[in-house]
Amino acid sequence: MFLLQEGPADTLAYMIAGYAVIFGLMFAYLISLIVRAKNLKQDMEVLRQIEDKNTSGQKDPHVVSDYQ
Amino acid sequence: MEEKPRVLTIFNIVTATLLSIATWMVFFYAPLEAVMGEVQRVFYFHVASAWVGMLGFMVAAFAGVALLRTKDLKWDNVGLASVEISVVFLLIAIITGSIWARPIWNTWWTWDPRLTTTTIMELIYAAYLMLRSGIDDPERRARFGAVYAIIGFISVPLTFLSIRIFRTIHPVVIGSGDPSSEGGFDMTSTMLQTFLFSLFVFSVVYVNLLWHRIRLGRLANQVEQLRMKLMQ
Repeated sequence: MFLLQEGPADTLAYMIAGYAVIFGLMFAYLISLIVRAKNLKQDMEVLRQIEDKNTSGQKDPHVVSDYQ
Repeated sequence: MEEKPRVLTIFNIVTATLLSIATWMVFFYAPLEAVMGEVQRVFYFHVASAWVGMLGFMVAAFAGVALLRTKDLKWDNVGLASVEISVVFLLIAIITGSIWARPIWNTWWTWDPRLTTTTIMELIYAAYLMLRSGIDDPERRARFGAVYAIIGFISVPLTFLSIRIFRTIHPVVIGSGDPSSEGGFDMTSTMLQTFLFSLFVFSVVYVNLLWHRIRLGRLANQVEQLRMKLMQ
C-alpha cells in the first residue's frame, strides 16, 4: 500500500481515533468504578439504618449490629 | 468501604503522573515512523493494553490456584477484579489494533491467527464475568471462578505464541529477531524507550486499578453480608 509513497502516510485521523478509544474506555471504566462504589456506599448506609431501627426497636432479637 | 489509605492516594497521583509522562513520550519524544506515519503511535499503548490483558488473566489464574488451595474467598475477589480490568484493556487492544490495521492492512479486520485467538480470549473472559453472575452461592461461585480462570488461562500463551506457531501478518514485537517470527519492525532507541516505558506505566495502572477494584469487591461483600443478615 505504501510502496510508491514519498513521505509518511497521512494517518493522523486514525491515530486520533485510536487514542480516543484508549482514553475513552479507560475513563469510562474509572467512572464505572466510582459510580459502583457510590451506589454500594448508599446501600450500606440504608442497610445500616434498617439494622439500627431493628435493634433499637427490638423487633428482631436475632439481628445484632457489628457495623458501628 | 474502609477509609482510603494515604498510600493509595499517593499511588493515584504517581500513576496519573506516569501516564501523563508516557503520553508525552508517545506524542513528543518518539519520532514519526517513516512509512506508517502518525498511526504508528497507537502501537505503544496498543501493545501495553494487550500486555495488561494477559497479565491480569495470569493473576486471575494464580488467584484461582490460591483459592482452591486455601479456600479463602478473598482470592475470588482478586480473581474477579483482575479479570474485569483485563477484559477492558484487551478490548482497548482489539479496537486500537483494528484502527491501526485499516490504513496499514487496508482492512478493519481479518481472521488472522493473532486476531482470532485474541478475540477468543476476550470472549472466554467476558463469559467468565457473565456466568459467575448467575451463581448465587458465594462459595460455589468462587470455586467455579477459580477453575474457569485456570482453564481459561490456556488461551493466554496460545494467543502470545500464535504469531510464531501459525502463519500471520501480525507484526512480532517482542523477540522480532527470532527466526521463527514471520514479520517484525525495527524501532529506533527512542521508540524502544517509549515502548518499554509504556509497558511499565500500564503495569502500574493495572496494579492501581486492581487495588481500587479489590476495595470495591470488599465493599460489595460487606453489603451482601449485611443484607443477608437483615433478611434472616
